Amino acid sequence: MPEAVPVTRPVPQAASGPLVRLNSLKRYFDVSPPWLARVLEGKPRAIVQAVDGVDIEIARGETFSLVGESGCGKSTVARLVVGLYPATQGGIEFDGMDMSVRRGSADNSAIRRRMQMIFQDPYASLNPRWRVFDIIAEPIRAFGLAASKDEIKQRVDGLLRQVRLTPADGAKFPHEFSGGQRQRISIARALASRPEFLVCDEPTSALDVSVQAQILNLMMELQRDYGLTYLFISHNLAVVYHISTRVGVMYLGRLVEVAATDTLFRRPRHPYTRMLLDTIPDLEMTGRRRMPVAGEVPSPINPPTGCAFHPRCPFANDRCKKERPELLAAEGTRVACHAVEEGRLPAEERSYAGH
Amino acid sequence: MTGANAPLLEVRHLRVEFPTRRGTLVAVDDVSFDLAPGEVLGVVGESGAGKSLTGAAIIGLLEPPGRIAAGEIRLEGERIDNLPYEKMRRIRGAKIGAIFQDPLTSLNPLYGIGRQLIETIQTHLPLSAQAARARAIELLKEVGIPGAETRIDHYPHQFSGGMRQRVVIALALCANPRLIVADEPTTALDVSIQAQIIALLKKLCREHRTAVMLVTHDMGVIAETADRVAVMYAGRLAEIGPVRDVVKNAAHPYTRGLMGSIPSIGERGHRLTQIEGSMPRLTEIPKGCAFNPRCPDRGDRCTRERPELMPAPTTQAACWQYDPAGVGTKARETVDA
Repeated sequence: MPEAVPVTRPVPQAASGPLVRLNSLKRYFDVSPPWLARVLEGKPRAIVQAVDGVDIEIARGETFSLVGESGCGKSTVARLVVGLYPATQGGIEFDGMDMSVRRGSADNSAIRRRMQMIFQDPYASLNPRWRVFDIIAEPIRAFGLAASKDEIKQRVDGLLRQVRLTPADGAKFPHEFSGGQRQRISIARALASRPEFLVCDEPTSALDVSVQAQILNLMMELQRDYGLTYLFISHNLAVVYHISTRVGVMYLGRLVEVAATDTLFRRPRHPYTRMLLDTIPDLEMTGRRRMPVAGEVPSPINPPTGCAFHPRCPFANDRCKKERPELLAAEGTRVACHAVEEGRLPAEERSYAGH
Repeated sequence: MTGANAPLLEVRHLRVEFPTRRGTLVAVDDVSFDLAPGEVLGVVGESGAGKSLTGAAIIGLLEPPGRIAAGEIRLEGERIDNLPYEKMRRIRGAKIGAIFQDPLTSLNPLYGIGRQLIETIQTHLPLSAQAARARAIELLKEVGIPGAETRIDHYPHQFSGGMRQRVVIALALCANPRLIVADEPTTALDVSIQAQIIALLKKLCREHRTAVMLVTHDMGVIAETADRVAVMYAGRLAEIGPVRDVVKNAAHPYTRGLMGSIPSIGERGHRLTQIEGSMPRLTEIPKGCAFNPRCPDRGDRCTRERPELMPAPTTQAACWQYDPAGVGTKARETVDA
């Protein structure tokens, strides 16, 4: 974390330990049919196990990414972390403080100030009836971070410049901006409360590639300048490779593999991770065949027994069908796979064109 | 460009306009290209570049007030851009199939997929109901839907996203069209499903010798699937050429910027190439080359004259750099000097 810039942190922090820790975090959603339908038609209750026991530690200053296909629970984790959903079970610790403990509102807002979120859709996440100035000033006002109107003005102008917009843009409405510029406004709003931790849920998925490059560059600059910690959610593996320190791969609400970015991409262990890497489109045109994997993600309402991936896994045996694998340490990574644990599935090295 | 084969599709100087209260917007401006039988042409560009509208103009599905204001579209030598609605409806489906981004909106939710397939087949082919049903089942098998005999009676909501897109592909193939216009066919799908759909499309157009115009913003999909690529910017063609050359040795500064902005696995932590600014709105397209305000290599000629596609080392690019007379005086050099 070089260059301690004026964005200082008034709240004293423990110097060691992870910034964020998720302890066997679970979130179930009840999607049962209405009571009458259950009684008259004998339909059963239905519970979606959106997040089913996730353990993650995120260190200060790192970018931890969660990848997976739609419905794997990665966005639910993001929403749990910032408190948009309460957890069904398990806990979240932020800087050593348990988030589930009830506190006074002053303490709560002191913690809330330190984490902010950037959403996927910059068209839906900005209030169309507010001017950009007010959108960005809202966190400053809500947390009482500025003493006077002049100070608020100064702060907002500074934030607009930080995200490469101009102070004059503050007087406009969101509809006057393009998607990329709106995402910059979202980032300015997220930075307004001087947070340490940003949860970014697919921040570039709605953007064109050239605009995506601008936003990713901006996010990396801000991280370098202010020592921000990111939880980055994406389904785009190339983007994840580019920005992450460590990566967690999710499948049906559980983590199947967690590793440092280079390790994960060069020595993937879990069969699902390998499959995901196989599906990355090959821009280098090395002639590598993309392996279309059979099957689709099963319904999280009725997940397969044992290892949730076994119906699609070419290495599955009887044990995989019965017993749910735990996330175990394996050569510097953590993998939830019986085949890896038993040594049935040797590691394979992968190289990427030109490197 | 296509050797001895006559092109299947010829687009010449296509211009699509939207008359609005504030004046006429030119969404597609003087676009020309050919498509050979069995060829896959990728069309890439950012949102608003006019790539989807070019596709819509070819299948005759431009939404009013959008209209073809100039140019010609020929399919197998015959003009199709000025046909009456009913005649175009016959060609659409029989000779040109369409696949759209969102499979849920391409299928009617109130009818089973079998009924939709059979209706399409019977519209274009003289088959009895029974024979049409047999063909529908055969098509569903061909696009890889397990249990086609029972699945044919299901409704669209009973299928997953990937399976629905397979049904849409089967629907496009009903009458064995010569050309398929696929507009972002994999954008709404997960990566693992995307790989399946791309493999399927490639297999089908190899086996049926169907030409595909693949409109997408995903360069990865293009790199794997297309034979040639057309790059669009602000309604114009910036560059067109063999896929390998466009991806690896792009001639147009915009294409180079676009390729550089894609993160790739193998390099990490560096700054991605960034094209400053954003694509102009249709109301504010600059004079001369539409890309000139963002171009690192622009000269004074670029701000005055509009470049046509001209031969670049391995591709065709609309850039004065490849004209013998060059770009003129470079604005930045004069400032530096």
